[in-house]
Amino acid sequence: MFSDPRWSEALSRLPDYLGNHVRVSMTALALGMAISLPLALLAYRRPVLRGFLLGITSIVQTVPGLALLALFYPLLLALSALTASWFGFGFSAFGFLPSVLALALYSMLPVARNTITGLQEIDPALTEAAEGVGMTPRQSLTMVELPLALPVIMAGIRTAAVWVIGTATLSTPIGQTSLGNYIFAGLQTQNWVFVLFGCAAAAILALAVDQFLALIENGLRLRARTKIIWGAGGLVALLLATLTPSLTVSRATYVIGAKTFTEQYVLSALMSQRLEAVGLTSTPREGLGSNVIFEALAKNDIDVYVDYSGTLWANQLKRTGIKPRDELLTELNAALSRWKIMTLGALGFDNAYALVMPRKRAEEFGIRTAADLAARAGSMTIAGDYEFFSRPEWAALRTAYNLNFRQQRQMQPDFMYAAVASGEVDVIAGYTSDGLIAKYDLVVLDDPKRAIPPYDAIVLISPKRADDKALRDALLPLIGKIDIAAMREANLRAGNGETPSGVAKWLWDKVSRR
Amino acid sequence: MNDTAEAIVFDKVGKTFDNGRVKAVVDVSLRVTTGEFVAIVGGSGSGKTTLLRLANRLLDADHGYVRIGGQNVQQSDPIALRRSIGYVFQSAGLFPHMTVAENIGITPRLLGYPETDIAARVDELLTLVRLAPDNYRDRYPHELSGGERQRVGVARALAARPRIVLMDEPFGALDPLTRDALGDDYVRLHRDLTLTTIMITHDMTEAMLLAGRIAVMREGRLLGEGTPQELARSDNSYIKELLDTPRKQAARLQAVLADRSA
Repeated sequence: MFSDPRWSEALSRLPDYLGNHVRVSMTALALGMAISLPLALLAYRRPVLRGFLLGITSIVQTVPGLALLALFYPLLLALSALTASWFGFGFSAFGFLPSVLALALYSMLPVARNTITGLQEIDPALTEAAEGVGMTPRQSLTMVELPLALPVIMAGIRTAAVWVIGTATLSTPIGQTSLGNYIFAGLQTQNWVFVLFGCAAAAILALAVDQFLALIENGLRLRARTKIIWGAGGLVALLLATLTPSLTVSRATYVIGAKTFTEQYVLSALMSQRLEAVGLTSTPREGLGSNVIFEALAKNDIDVYVDYSGTLWANQLKRTGIKPRDELLTELNAALSRWKIMTLGALGFDNAYALVMPRKRAEEFGIRTAADLAARAGSMTIAGDYEFFSRPEWAALRTAYNLNFRQQRQMQPDFMYAAVASGEVDVIAGYTSDGLIAKYDLVVLDDPKRAIPPYDAIVLISPKRADDKALRDALLPLIGKIDIAAMREANLRAGNGETPSGVAKWLWDKVSRR
Repeated sequence: MNDTAEAIVFDKVGKTFDNGRVKAVVDVSLRVTTGEFVAIVGGSGSGKTTLLRLANRLLDADHGYVRIGGQNVQQSDPIALRRSIGYVFQSAGLFPHMTVAENIGITPRLLGYPETDIAARVDELLTLVRLAPDNYRDRYPHELSGGERQRVGVARALAARPRIVLMDEPFGALDPLTRDALGDDYVRLHRDLTLTTIMITHDMTEAMLLAGRIAVMREGRLLGEGTPQELARSDNSYIKELLDTPRKQAARLQAVLADRSA
């Protein structure tokens, strides 16, 4: 099992992922404690403030971790725009900062709640005794109340630490490298070794931190200095061990972005290998959300990535009308130059939504285009991913071909293809470059009325690197070289558990010979 | 006026709680001279604990005055005042995270005494309350019996050499034998150290055995005060009742013992 090359690849990424994970989660925990401990001390004898503090932190806790992290990104983006227009400087709303803020907020409830509870639960006879022997309120707090509440407070800190370390795995989509990179990449490329590795690493890290904190707690309670030293020493050693490698790693020159699906991991690996071939170093930022990745490029947080013309047309240009491929690309280039983003060119394939059905049934019914479906749609079921039926493409398809299906179902993209192959649904809204089309012997129906815009895969370069000749020269050999069949097979290989870098090598071998 | 002998004076003091709805202490005047051992006797809710707390400003009186050593307590700093007065809490009130030595040394430490002086003082006090310093110094309160804990409580109250000691039902939770021994030991300390002591108790027998003078409280009011003999002449029905109980008990006990021996 450990001879699997995926293990060694996972291991080779550990210093980077773990180091970043420790850095972001420990900063967040420290910040969370620095805010919530004083607030709890301020609030524990003031019922109104106490209710307010616990109420707010509880509400924060009900927000799912992923959503909280995702919310901080646009928030900081807006804030950054504000400071830029008011004070003339902006800051990066990408990666570290939103992650730290969201996680710090997330850590506040257990710390605040346990501090307040711990202080409130102290026997009033003891606070009275503290007063009676002549302590000032501050002395009573530091000499009696805090030491007595310490076990409860530390339990809160330990809970917060475990939560933050666990939730930090979700900071990958907003651009913070973490152990979540294993999980997001693994889920997309069906690389269960990565998923397992990421989960195990996060769990071990959480356990280790928890145990060191427990040691410190015991030491403080029993006033055993050796325990405190061991616990604190352990934490410091952990920090140093995880931070040193990631700090000493040579600072890569180029940052390559990738969205959250298989094809993107392969293309990011491919670009990285092209850069490496001409002696340029790069580092990947993988698993980024669709909007996050574009803003990150516009703000120079990443240098290059592959996007799709139709996606940019709809999401960034907010356009609904559909134009022919060349017109659309020209307009897109013009629009992107507003952001000072440079379009290097199209890779040669497109990854569009398309109606897909089994080859056999299509031939049986004589269906070759979407127009041929209209007559039979009333007795057919169609499946799409979670967003398809609310996207303009679907509205356009329905109007253009007068499609009225008996039933619409939403599905996880990976399962869609199997569902249509087995006959559970009749038609799916698949992706043209998906490798599963070949695997299940499916056929893509033509769109003669051009209802769906083209989704050409195009290489985008950040404003900062727009004039970087070395980068352009390294990536130009890819432009126009990757046809849909090659990309489909690459995606199929990656979906079957080959590593993205392995698949990227295979893809380059195949297309470079042309 | 003999102000030099006047240790604690309550002058028509009143204290209410809950925005005046609960009258805890009503117009109480009581004069305690230096070296006296006064017991305040009353049931629960009689206001005796409230009265005691007015003396070291754990509570502040709504009206009337409390004077300590001739000075109105409202004019002294409450923290300094509490550090200068010993206070023995019901069931000791020891800090569970501190050793016996740290508990005893707390007020001297707050006053900034040098650590070596504190250590010596702790040993001296442990000896004074009949606990062997070497055996008890480093123990934690949960490792002590109830009687031992209360001895430490007394030692802690005496640590900063106060002239006045206030005791809030100090022996109430102890078994009779321990209670007796501890009571006697405290009276000895009170005399040897020329302390002025006010002790609160609900037990008239204990009050009569330990204190030189007894004040009886009920529903916030002082019903009467005096030596046991003076109180015995009181025509207040509640005081009579309070005194009758131990008397009857003693008589009955005598009778039972006589029967047995016959």
